[in-house]
Amino acid sequence: MEVRNEDENTNLLRSVDWFTIILYLIMVVAGAVSIYAATYDYDKASMFDLSEYSGKQFLWAGLSFLIGFSLLLIDRRIYEAYAYPLYGFMILLLIVTVFVAPDIKGSHSWLVFGPVSLQPAEFAKTATALALAKLFSTYGFSLNGWRNYAIAIGIIVLPILCIILERETGTALVYTSLIFVLYREGMSGFVLFAALMAVVYFVVVLKFAAVTFMGIPLGMVIAFIMVMALIVAMLLLYCRSWILGRNVLIGYVVAGAIAGGLELAGVHVNGYAFFLPVIILSLLYLLYGMLHDINLKKVLITTCFAAASLVFLFTVSFAFNNVLEPHQQTRIKVTLGIEEDLRGAGYNVNQSKIAIGSGGLTGKGFLNGTQTKLKYVPEQHTDFIYCTIGEEQGFVGSVAILILFLALILRIITLAERNHSTFARVYAYCVASYLIFHLTINIGMVIGLCPVIGIPLPFFSYGGSSLWGFTFLLFILLRIDADRGNYGTW
Amino acid sequence: MRKDYNLEKRKLVIGGFIVAIVLIYIVRLVQLQVLDSTYKAHADSNAFVERVIYPSRGLIYDRNDSLVVYNVPEYDLVMVPKEVVPFDTIDFCNTLQISREEFDHRWEEMKKGRSYSAFTQQVFMNHLTPEDYGRLQEKMYRFPGFFVVQRILRQYNYAVAANVLGDIREVNAKDIENDDYYRPGDYTGDLGIEKSYEQWLRGTKGKEILIRDATGTIKAHYNNGANDVSPVAGNNLKLSIDIGLQAYGEMLMQGKVGAIVCIEPKTGEILALVSSPTYDPSLLMGKERGKNYRDLVNNRLKPLYDRSIMAAYPPGSTFKPTQGLIFLDEGIITTSTVFPCHRGYVNAGLRVGCHGHGSPIPLKPALQTSCNAYFCWGFKYMMDKRSKYGSTGKAFEVWKNHMVSMGYGYKLGIDMPGESRGFIPNTAFYDKIYGEGRWVGQTIISDAIGQGEILATPLQIANLSATIANRGYYITPHVVKNIEGVGVLKKNLERHDTDIDKRYYSDIVEGMRMAVLGGTCTGANIPGLDVCGKTGTAQNPHGRDHSVFMGFAPMNDPKIAVCVYVENAGFGATYGVPIGALMIQRYLQGNSPGLQARGRAMASRHTITYPKVKKTTATGTQADKNKTTPSNKTVSSDGSKK
Repeated sequence: MEVRNEDENTNLLRSVDWFTIILYLIMVVAGAVSIYAATYDYDKASMFDLSEYSGKQFLWAGLSFLIGFSLLLIDRRIYEAYAYPLYGFMILLLIVTVFVAPDIKGSHSWLVFGPVSLQPAEFAKTATALALAKLFSTYGFSLNGWRNYAIAIGIIVLPILCIILERETGTALVYTSLIFVLYREGMSGFVLFAALMAVVYFVVVLKFAAVTFMGIPLGMVIAFIMVMALIVAMLLLYCRSWILGRNVLIGYVVAGAIAGGLELAGVHVNGYAFFLPVIILSLLYLLYGMLHDINLKKVLITTCFAAASLVFLFTVSFAFNNVLEPHQQTRIKVTLGIEEDLRGAGYNVNQSKIAIGSGGLTGKGFLNGTQTKLKYVPEQHTDFIYCTIGEEQGFVGSVAILILFLALILRIITLAERNHSTFARVYAYCVASYLIFHLTINIGMVIGLCPVIGIPLPFFSYGGSSLWGFTFLLFILLRIDADRGNYGTW
Repeated sequence: MRKDYNLEKRKLVIGGFIVAIVLIYIVRLVQLQVLDSTYKAHADSNAFVERVIYPSRGLIYDRNDSLVVYNVPEYDLVMVPKEVVPFDTIDFCNTLQISREEFDHRWEEMKKGRSYSAFTQQVFMNHLTPEDYGRLQEKMYRFPGFFVVQRILRQYNYAVAANVLGDIREVNAKDIENDDYYRPGDYTGDLGIEKSYEQWLRGTKGKEILIRDATGTIKAHYNNGANDVSPVAGNNLKLSIDIGLQAYGEMLMQGKVGAIVCIEPKTGEILALVSSPTYDPSLLMGKERGKNYRDLVNNRLKPLYDRSIMAAYPPGSTFKPTQGLIFLDEGIITTSTVFPCHRGYVNAGLRVGCHGHGSPIPLKPALQTSCNAYFCWGFKYMMDKRSKYGSTGKAFEVWKNHMVSMGYGYKLGIDMPGESRGFIPNTAFYDKIYGEGRWVGQTIISDAIGQGEILATPLQIANLSATIANRGYYITPHVVKNIEGVGVLKKNLERHDTDIDKRYYSDIVEGMRMAVLGGTCTGANIPGLDVCGKTGTAQNPHGRDHSVFMGFAPMNDPKIAVCVYVENAGFGATYGVPIGALMIQRYLQGNSPGLQARGRAMASRHTITYPKVKKTTATGTQADKNKTTPSNKTVSSDGSKK
């Protein structure tokens, strides 16, 4: 660490992003207070009692302010210089953890040091972000060619594998959000689009699996129609091939009319026997048609995309039933509303929805929530902390929290783009991606829109590791950003 | 590296993504928190346990402040199935002193119940005695999910007046639907004043709000009990019934079918309302209620049928004073008008029989001797007086309106459920039978002497007696004198004046006095009490004539008006008059050994000839079987249980 002079310190105070710091302080304090409310017992009183969750969280928060302040004093070059060693160390630590960590609810992710337990996976996020930033800022590196992709994806996948070994699937999934970073740094938007479509297909196929239409599951019928619509839309809007688009559309309409006519005539058309030949024929036509088309490459992409969609559709059902574990299947089914298991897998989410829903517009008031106070919602001080806010602060409070997060994430994106260095930008996008994933999944789960995946709500959920992990992420970013003037473009 | 502005645009995609997510979540929150209110109810039913605290039901006193009905505690064992954890069933059964089979049976029955839910309070067993409760309470902690709710059980100091007091029963689905107050398992009045005064007797339920956590453990009183509501006890009732007189009346009616109604003329207060056969009111409470109720319903003498207010009988000759009043008021007769009686009314081939007395006679002797001919002639002249009324139909309407003003043909409005309105035909009724204009006075001559289509309840006959005693008005008869904390109901103070000129009443009173002094009711001539009376011997299609008596005393300051109706007992003078006289004497002169002896003598005179149905025929049969049934004591000690 180099010695700074007065001038630089004044400079730091001026250039550091106070807006982010204020958001951070508000969220951490609101989080600790919420934990007090969530764990409040009618016989216990003090918010700062260290034997209580809220007291401990205030202690964690105080220490994290110290950590944050210290981090601001560390020169950004240290991070750049030690990014890879730090990453290597964290991966090692993750692997060691798998073997030495005690079994806590089936997970082997906690390192226990006397009274303190830490979760290396939370800190590995920072290391991974730094390593990725370092990689992209390496001179001459750009996201081109399979080798560079492989390195970038390797950096992301390595911690995922380690954390899966620790049986912390939820935390491992967080790293998949770094796809946003790859996208920002030049990865084709198709990958993002494909990922989105994969989720949509998945939901549609499973959600409507139980209803039969045209002799096959309704979900498949809807998905087939979506594929057909996508082909036409891509031909018209993306490839700008009017003729191909028009012909395919006419073909589909004619095929549809024939099927409808047969149905009216009393002949039942099997869905697979209808859709598969029609779609495959249209793809063959496109392979032929692209030879005469100026947008050869785009039409090829369209064709491949459609073919991949078909393959994916048939894999989903198989994968869901044969790859996922039963409890994971149940969680997903509950989320999609296929199963209602209010005593079992659906219990958490149902009670959490009741807690939030009972808050109404303005909430029941601080410490007046009954759902959370009386422990109807499990994990209410950790993963389900948002329902305490929902119950006691109502719609107003719940939306306020969402807005705080939205402001923080958009601010971080702004910080990312105002930095001229790739290192700073990539790192900032990593932080933003983590936050997007945590916010989407955690709150989505609490309000019953996402499956239950056990990841905390940043700054709010109880736990030192999570709070410190995000403090590291954020304050390293703030320091890097504060130095933006000293590092030009290179 | 130069900044790639094409790629920089991608911040919009990423930013747009999170903005979209936040918007979707806000919409979801609107749906959960603002639009859908069911979650609030869910949360409350999760967290709050409302335990009902039952109020004490109002006590019932008689007019002399003797306690008639009171409460003793009884316990229901209830449970919330969801909260029950596995427990030692053998210990449980031993504590409750039930067999394992009964335990299983109750459990099954409970689950089959229509309102069964594992999450709400279910009644596992009712009617636990304080002893059961004591045993259970010690071990309650071993059976989480079970708890005890205190209820009340009605207790009766006297085994009389069951028809007046009524009973309470568990509410049914209809009660719950009609009145928000009730919840399954609550009690409500079923018969008698328990039903008609339910809203005052029941009081207001209280509640305690407890807080329950996810494991079902009760944590505390919500808000330190600030939101708990204490129950408000029901209002006590003071009956107008004199319980001693009532008991005496029930004794007199033993072995007979019929009714006695005694009214205090000035106030309309009913002093005794006897229906016979009757039953011990305590049969309809506690564990055996269901079985006893079935027995009473199936009994061929219909003890649950309150003959005093529900039975519509032909009033017979007790109807004659009304005729006299109408004829005088309408100017058909004067007190000196005489009609012939040659052992009856003989006209145009029709004969209504009468008995030996002088002829022709004027009104008062006609009342004295209960001359059928006199009233038939009067009725015929009135019906056929076209010069005044135009037609028989119109004349009959006038007659009918007079009857209605005297309390016949409609309910009197007694404060008890199930009153019958009796029957007074109107012109349309006869037009329908005989054809319009095709009937005359002669056609319906039986109406003149309280036979034919005329029907009246014993209450209406007693009310007529009270009206005559009051010389032209009556107060709505009622059995509840006063509601503690509320006062007298306005309805029970309502004065009804008849449309007969008051001056004619003294003539009728004199006629009725003459009947006692030297006519049909000499049996009611009690020295010093100036009884006025009128007998009735009502023909009916069911067998022997009904024996009826109507009267009041003393003549010039009436304190009691009475109607006695004994089914199939023969002449009015045989049963009606002596019973009526005893009732008057018992009330005005108080109890005495002589009166008791005469009462017992009357009690032993039975008119029921067909086989008696055991257990519920009359209070007397009860008394023979069970020493604690107070019927005997009632008789020997002026109706009070010692």
